[in-house]
Amino acid sequence: MRTLQSRNLTLGYDQRTVVQDLTVELPAGQVSIIVGANACGKSTLLRGLARLLKPTAGTVMLDGKDIHARSTREVARVLGLLPQTPTAPDGISVAELVGRGRYPHQGWFRQWAAKDDDAVNAAMAATDTEELAGRDVDELSGGQRQRVWIAMALAQETDILLLDEPTTFLDVTHQIEVLDLVTDLNRRKGTTVAIVLHDLNLAARYADHLIAMKAGEVVAEGPPSDVVTEQLVSDVFGLESRVIPDPVSGTPMVVPVGRHHSNGGSMPSAA
Amino acid sequence: MVAALGAAVVILFFVNVLLGSYTVTIPDFFRLLGGADIPGASFIVMENKLPRAVTGTLIGVAFGLAGTIFQTMLRNPLASPDIIGISYGASASAVAAMVVFGLTGVAVSAAAMIGALAIALLIYLVSHRSGVSGGASARLILIGIGFAAIMQAVVGYLMTRTDIRTAQGALVWLNGSLNSSNWDRVAVLAASLVLLLPAVAMLSRSLRGLELGDDAAAGLGVRVGPARLGLVVTAVLLAAVATAAAGPVAFVAFLAGPIARRLLGGAGSLVAAAGVGAVIVLAADFAAANLIPMFLTNGTALPVGVVTGALGAPFLLWLLVTTNRVGRGG
Repeated sequence: MRTLQSRNLTLGYDQRTVVQDLTVELPAGQVSIIVGANACGKSTLLRGLARLLKPTAGTVMLDGKDIHARSTREVARVLGLLPQTPTAPDGISVAELVGRGRYPHQGWFRQWAAKDDDAVNAAMAATDTEELAGRDVDELSGGQRQRVWIAMALAQETDILLLDEPTTFLDVTHQIEVLDLVTDLNRRKGTTVAIVLHDLNLAARYADHLIAMKAGEVVAEGPPSDVVTEQLVSDVFGLESRVIPDPVSGTPMVVPVGRHHSNGGSMPSAA
Repeated sequence: MVAALGAAVVILFFVNVLLGSYTVTIPDFFRLLGGADIPGASFIVMENKLPRAVTGTLIGVAFGLAGTIFQTMLRNPLASPDIIGISYGASASAVAAMVVFGLTGVAVSAAAMIGALAIALLIYLVSHRSGVSGGASARLILIGIGFAAIMQAVVGYLMTRTDIRTAQGALVWLNGSLNSSNWDRVAVLAASLVLLLPAVAMLSRSLRGLELGDDAAAGLGVRVGPARLGLVVTAVLLAAVATAAAGPVAFVAFLAGPIARRLLGGAGSLVAAAGVGAVIVLAADFAAANLIPMFLTNGTALPVGVVTGALGAPFLLWLLVTTNRVGRGG
């Protein structure tokens, strides 16, 4: 099993520190979901874990070794990343884009081979994008496009997969579809997954391990049923809420209170 | 499709050498190549038409590659060196060499190359200072357009300060012209390409990663920083040697990549872009030197850059309109 962890990790852009002295470990073979308010450093943490940012202090360890000390291509065979806003080149076909996922497995002397075809076909089958193979990525709907990008990440055949807000701009149907797909992958192949997610309820439902961040620090982590409490929602998001069991999954579900339309929370109506 | 492009380049090459104001038969051409002396034909073909066609082909390849590398890397069709000021840097420097220092020939080419590199470095420094993430490519393009405007002003100033004959010579160069092609220039150009083309081949793999965005590329194992630096330097050098050889032939770098993309119906390849670049220059030069004088201008030949400029400007407008409509950079 691959392990990915940070030790006393500090990350920032130029002079600005975004993540401060942070130690986390992604449980191997599980789905970890990182949540937090906007600008809490959750995407920055993910980029740091994916070796896209050089730490200002501390280390990121992949299989117990400093990730920056290893060749980036070697890392790319083990650790895949789907960034927040990837851009598809003009006019590229779905099959070709998915094929780009094979980049770290190729080189000057190892050109495209049957193994690459297999990986691309398997990735497109897993994401249900086979019938799109010949289409231009430009022509696809948001949900289809996101499935194609995930297929590219799958074609990379990594044991660890990091996804930065993979459901942004998707309607609720496609959000569920993407998270189900990632869960399939985790269940079927034991892929270690880390996702940055906005939606707390979906995070609570799909995470094996939830990491809640605020102002560059981890406030709480663990199974969602332990972590998600009314107190935590208030601490992390500054939001008053009720937490009830999700009627579908039994996981915690956060119901915001807000200033209007409230009948006193869990109290019965006075009328 | 790539094979068809290659055939088009070869055919246009021979059209340029054999046809036009002085027609040579194919057997005569091979006799000339073999060293035979045919009065009249020897000089026109060997010292004029042949080096001119070779120069046209090579600068087409160089401009096509340079433009496509920039456009692909910055994910924006406007990011071509002839729009972001690199060609203008070469022009300003070359015109200064001609007008202020009275230089000619290879010295002007050297000045053009230095100007292109200097402007590229300036654009890089100014745009790098403000960070690399997010809208970096749009910012770099805008900064480049700013420098282009400054360089145009410099050229304009220099042209008004000089006597009419120097200005006329400078103007021909500024339009981009193959008129002064000779074997010395071909040698410099060919030697540069022998060094640069293998570099392009080596970097092309990284380029295919970079066009997915920096983060995605890094996730795939591309060493983004070094790859980008290598690509920028190579592309600037390609644009610089081509500009040094024939002046800033307008819009070849800008047009080649997008046309290659449309021809191939997918993500275009660098090889195709190089072929399209050569086709554009050879076809435009034949039109400028032969067809237009015959039908339009009563015998006055035009510099090749006038024709490529006339082709490129409407395309630029079309691109600006459609890019805005779709709401994305490419």
